[in-house]
Amino acid sequence: MKFRAEIDVMPLKALLDPQGKAVTGSMKNLGLPEIENVRIGKHITLEVEADSKDTASAKVDDACKKLLANQIMEFYEFEIFEN
Amino acid sequence: MSKFGVVIFPGSNCDQDMIYVLRDIMGQEVVELWHKDTDLKGCDFIVLPGGFSYGDYLRSGAIARFSPIMEKVIEFANKGGYVLGVCNGFQILCEAGLVPGALLHNNDRKFICKNVFIKAENNSTLITSEVPTGKALKIPIAHGEGKYYADAETIKQLNENGQIIFRYCDENGNVTDAANPNGATENIAGVCNAGKNVFGMMPHPERATDGELSNIDGRWIFDSLLSMVKN
Repeated sequence: MKFRAEIDVMPLKALLDPQGKAVTGSMKNLGLPEIENVRIGKHITLEVEADSKDTASAKVDDACKKLLANQIMEFYEFEIFEN
Repeated sequence: MSKFGVVIFPGSNCDQDMIYVLRDIMGQEVVELWHKDTDLKGCDFIVLPGGFSYGDYLRSGAIARFSPIMEKVIEFANKGGYVLGVCNGFQILCEAGLVPGALLHNNDRKFICKNVFIKAENNSTLITSEVPTGKALKIPIAHGEGKYYADAETIKQLNENGQIIFRYCDENGNVTDAANPNGATENIAGVCNAGKNVFGMMPHPERATDGELSNIDGRWIFDSLLSMVKN
């Protein structure tokens, strides 16, 4: 079976996100000063062939740990969908 | 004589500078190692040069870390072989887990290309063995993601084990916030692993070694590396 993963990789909450900070600053210029704490990460989608949702999930978790996220500076979350 | 291997990844752009310095200025034998090679060709010192390996896709150094040559470099390093990573090479070493920590976007998000000053923390590692401690070396940096970061516990261990090799300082050797170009934790410009055989640094000593460029402060670092051969 083929599954689709929707993965979010975000900078750790304790770390400064200079990109998010710059975008937060520009919200004031847009006239939206109520918007704060913009943080910017990555959204990754991929397809994975697996026998079950659990197996698919384990493979995606492995990919996140080994390559897609660097856990020294980022955390990740994902959801698996049947394609 | 020592046999240096300089690894070339797609997107490396400081490889020829490194080869020129090691071969023509320092008089060493140098071989080029392609990222697809699976053999270190008998080298006793491996250098990962600067650049934008694999276009810096995903994260700087993240994809290079899985290239075929890196499997051999990791094996070599784990057996105690000497490895130096400069700039993107340092990022690759971090991604490979050969040195602790990670390199984040500079605090101001700018790509910074300028001369800075760094000083050696001690003389107890090969790469700093001939560098006068306390002397501020003028060495250029050129990076967008060079802010060294590790958690507090790791930083404590690095300090205790003498694994911090260089810190950013002012021209008089004072480690100050103003002299920190990118927001690096504790002004860290370079670290080594616990075995003190793998070295990573953001500044480019190979750009400060040829007298024609009016700055040879980087030569202290190359002289240190070559003390391995002399002793």
